[in-house]
Amino acid sequence: MIPYEFIEHTADIGIKVKGDSPQDVFIDAARGMFNIIADTRRIKPKEQIEITQEAQGYDELLRGWLSELLYQFSVSGIVFNEFSIQSLSPDAVKAIAWGERAPGQIKTEIKAVTYHELEFKQTKDGYEARVIFDV
Amino acid sequence: MAEIWESLKKIDDNRWKLPKSAKAGMLADGIIYADDKLLDDIKKDKALEQVANVAFLPGIVNASLAMPDIHWGYGFPIGGVAATDPDNGGVVSPGGVGFDINCGIRLVRTNLRYNEVKGKVEDLVHALFNAVPAGVGSKGEIRVSEKEEREIMVKGSRWAVANGYGVPADLEATEERGAIAGADPGAVSDRAYERGKAQSGTLGSGNHFLEIQVIDQIYDAEIAREFGLSEGLVTLMIHSGSRGFGYQVCDDYLKVMMRAMRKYNISLPDRQLACAPLDSPEAKQYLSAMRAAANYAWNNRQCLMHLARSAFERALNMSWQKLGMDLIYDVAHNIAKLEKYKINGKEKTLCVHRKGATRAFPPGHPELPPQYQKTGQPVIIPGDMGRNSYLLVGTEKASETFYSTCHGAGRVKSRTAATKAFSAEKLVRDLRGQGIYVMASGRGTIAEEAPLAYKDVNEVVNVVHNAGISKRVCRMRPVGVVKG
Repeated sequence: MIPYEFIEHTADIGIKVKGDSPQDVFIDAARGMFNIIADTRRIKPKEQIEITQEAQGYDELLRGWLSELLYQFSVSGIVFNEFSIQSLSPDAVKAIAWGERAPGQIKTEIKAVTYHELEFKQTKDGYEARVIFDV
Repeated sequence: MAEIWESLKKIDDNRWKLPKSAKAGMLADGIIYADDKLLDDIKKDKALEQVANVAFLPGIVNASLAMPDIHWGYGFPIGGVAATDPDNGGVVSPGGVGFDINCGIRLVRTNLRYNEVKGKVEDLVHALFNAVPAGVGSKGEIRVSEKEEREIMVKGSRWAVANGYGVPADLEATEERGAIAGADPGAVSDRAYERGKAQSGTLGSGNHFLEIQVIDQIYDAEIAREFGLSEGLVTLMIHSGSRGFGYQVCDDYLKVMMRAMRKYNISLPDRQLACAPLDSPEAKQYLSAMRAAANYAWNNRQCLMHLARSAFERALNMSWQKLGMDLIYDVAHNIAKLEKYKINGKEKTLCVHRKGATRAFPPGHPELPPQYQKTGQPVIIPGDMGRNSYLLVGTEKASETFYSTCHGAGRVKSRTAATKAFSAEKLVRDLRGQGIYVMASGRGTIAEEAPLAYKDVNEVVNVVHNAGISKRVCRMRPVGVVKG
């Protein structure tokens, strides 16, 4: 099963992510975002950075996490596609992200991660989130 | 559940009212500029819901306005206009400006007649493509130090002109003369500096473009003559914004506004509309940072025009002055500005948000430079890469929209749907068949930007013209396109 699907949005692109745990959702949302930005199939875990974010609630934390990864990509050029979450609560996330600089694999510019229709919820099967990007 | 469009009431052939009663909590009506045909498209996505949400903003004056190119955005609809009154709890919302602060467009004329340079369009497109860094995170040759970046935030296009990337007449032909007052580099984060530092003089990607066009129809011969434009003349259009610098400023202040909403006890149906009262420190800081980003964008488009002029010089072996490459005008279409209006007979300073909408000042407006006092402000409306673009002028009638009009054709198909529906190779071939030569740096850009992913700009412009909120001067068609 593909852990995320794209949401049709007239001007922008959104993703819907499902997972067994909040960790799964955070990781697959990050993979989904970098899949919009680049062809990540051949990205190797050559460089790593540590990410920490704080927010009020899982939904704002998820947006903050993605926004932080996007910032790191935009200043370093590193396309991230592997993530290890060391701690995650509704207020804070601490993780390591791996990737490599791959200018030839870039497809789309994501300008930002929006709060529009941002959602993070527990369902009977696990967790589900929705994020819309400004492209 | 009733659909929101069922509440719409037709005012006339070009205007619809979304009454306050359409959604509980609206503080004003919505007014949508559209004809029957465009309205059918507008009903298909969530744009009308967003028009209603904007009407929740504290201190909104008259109505939540929507131009005929509106479509679903985030927070505001793209094509949304809202003015707020600081004397009535009015707010500023970064979502009413967007991440790409001062995304905008400029139009450059030339002395070239299309039938004389037809054979050179391909060379010109290659020259532009080579001269202008484009694509995701593109970095420019115009490198600036941190000190210069601070200067750019305050001086805008004046920085470029002082450094030889243009002439003083360019400033006269730019909204705010290329630098809006009240920018404060101190309100900008280190992260925004970091993202902006290598991106001056870069196009970006997505819907940002450079386009060589030919004027194919004149509607107002007198004004066209004033602007030095006539049928068959070649023009150049440049569409770009504040790049990573502006995205970061918006992102930083959304977090500030989230806290401000709790502090000032404001509740709105969409968090992307997060805002703060205009007299609060949060609003003042945002506006100071937003203006810094706006100035960054004006400087960026000025640098892009300099690179484009140089490309024309190389390809045609003639100076840009001899080529007559004068700037007609540069407009912002994502911005919030403090402007003076008469409301119920009383002069008021309002905060006008234009999210995908263009300022359109009428003849005689004190903010306009002398050369446009008689004609009204030039308004530049880009279409898609296969159909047309327009030059219009502002009118007095547009006081009903806080002197605002549309900003483009407006998307009708999502990027993912466009990518599925159109093949880039076939599009390039088909456009070539129509006499349009296209180059793009991004792999996915061409299919995403397919003409049929957009509304027909001719229909959009008909509405603003017929509604009287701006007036057609001339129409262009593309002959050479560089996409980001």
